[in-house]
Amino acid sequence: MKKKNSVFLTIAIPALLLFFIFHTYPTLQGIFYSFTDWKGYGNWDFVGLKNYLNVFKDDRALDAYGFTFKFAIISTILVNIFSLLVAMGLNSKIKFQKTLRAIYFLPYILSILIVGFIFSFIFTHFLPGIGESLGIEALSKNILGDPKLAWIGIVVVAVWQSVAFNTILYLAGLVTISEDLYEAASIDGAGIWTKFWKITFPLIAPFFTINMVLAMKGFLMVFDQIVALTGGGPGKSTESISLLIYRGGFEGGEFAYQSANAVIYFVVIVIISVVQLKFLEKREAEN
Amino acid sequence: MNKKTNWPVTTLLILGSLLILLPLYLTITIAIKTPQEMAGNLLSLPKSWSFDNFTQAIEMTNFFSALGNTVFITFFVVIFTVLTNSLVAYAIARNMHKKFYKLLFYYFVSAMFIPFPIIMLPLVKQTSAWGMDNLVGLIILYVVFNLSFNTFIYVGYIRSIPKELEEAAVIDGASTWGVFWKVIFPLLAPMNATVAIITCLGAWNDFMLPLVLLSDRDMATLPLVQYIFQSQFSTDYNLAFASYLMALAPMIIVYIFAQKWIISGVMKGSIK
Repeated sequence: MKKKNSVFLTIAIPALLLFFIFHTYPTLQGIFYSFTDWKGYGNWDFVGLKNYLNVFKDDRALDAYGFTFKFAIISTILVNIFSLLVAMGLNSKIKFQKTLRAIYFLPYILSILIVGFIFSFIFTHFLPGIGESLGIEALSKNILGDPKLAWIGIVVVAVWQSVAFNTILYLAGLVTISEDLYEAASIDGAGIWTKFWKITFPLIAPFFTINMVLAMKGFLMVFDQIVALTGGGPGKSTESISLLIYRGGFEGGEFAYQSANAVIYFVVIVIISVVQLKFLEKREAEN
Repeated sequence: MNKKTNWPVTTLLILGSLLILLPLYLTITIAIKTPQEMAGNLLSLPKSWSFDNFTQAIEMTNFFSALGNTVFITFFVVIFTVLTNSLVAYAIARNMHKKFYKLLFYYFVSAMFIPFPIIMLPLVKQTSAWGMDNLVGLIILYVVFNLSFNTFIYVGYIRSIPKELEEAAVIDGASTWGVFWKVIFPLLAPMNATVAIITCLGAWNDFMLPLVLLSDRDMATLPLVQYIFQSQFSTDYNLAFASYLMALAPMIIVYIFAQKWIISGVMKGSIK
């Protein structure tokens, strides 16, 4: 028995050490530097909470939070609507089921960055071209070049890509629902809506919860899509928090200041995830 | 049982799938077209098949070097992740009644909530100071970071494996190592496949970690090469699309042959 314990420890302790060195230690360092004025090189002094207070007074940072929230909330809602619809479609009695599944899951395996580049071309050349030839004015300009509309382009790409993964999750939930339930409901005269709200939705509620939380968390960290589509522009209209921390930290010499921003960002993500989980789990229990 | 095909839903899904296929169709045709052909209808098929765009893109992006780097990283990340993360999860899963292992479990899992930007800046300083700003460093980081999610899904699965199986092996004289490799690891096969697929996609497509970590251009991975390429030669779309297509192609080809396993693998991981 002693020997067994020592084997487990020789596995667990190196894992713990490695994780601490490469994940926790940098996290602690980030938190530590957030209380200093370090530029990423040279000397530094403690400045207390100055960086934190400055983040709240910084229009660029506030705009980045505003954009990121708007983007994350809208994308989360859209992704969940579309992926639930697609998953229900794929789960019903359709032709070409295997092929259609394969097509709908395809975006999941593609690099977001490259997909972003491809869509950047579609928004810049392809859609305006179609808009012009059809005489639709709304389509005939490049939305990525418009500070008021560029975010829509990013939502489109993010949703296009994420529907695949969320569909997989919903489908995993849907296949567990027995067909008998629907048949019994049909005999009782239930319509499509009743079946959805009384059977489908309550039974996949845990999948709805996990999808909402994962999608929201993922979208709050949006980076690749923005680098590929707008680079944060036009102006700073699509700069996300991740992009701001990356830019300010590596290119702007704001190591300490952006570390404070990153800590705030972390707290925000944890709060949102916990609140979402609590709220959605309560709903699950009620159902 | 109602066995009738639902044609309205089938039609809607087919129409919807065009939204996925159209960007890929554009990618393929633009990659083959010449700049002159771009003036016409973008949806039309290329008139002649020209592969000049590909040969040029290969040269300009140093494609085979990037492909080699990406394959190298992905291969070792997948191997080491599956071998080590399952072992760590086993040690945790079989000792969850002990405080230390329980804490370790929550420690790894809760790290999932830490956004990458918070560790990004210190991590880059640390890795470059330790000479880890290279492909091997990247592999180590991926394997270690993967512990968060994988501990979560492996532990759940291992705890559902009855302990009696191991006890039988111990009576037959197997050591703890023997039990793990001969009994547990093979039983983990479905979970290993899931972890391998998710890890593979993650390592292959990741952009942020190579972007901040790798300083030497010869080490660039496929997504990173597209980024450098895009910022330098963004005007020639045919060339750019040939380059994108080549970067996407390896995974698409794997997907075409293995989609059944990939889809069910990801589904299994998500139910846990």
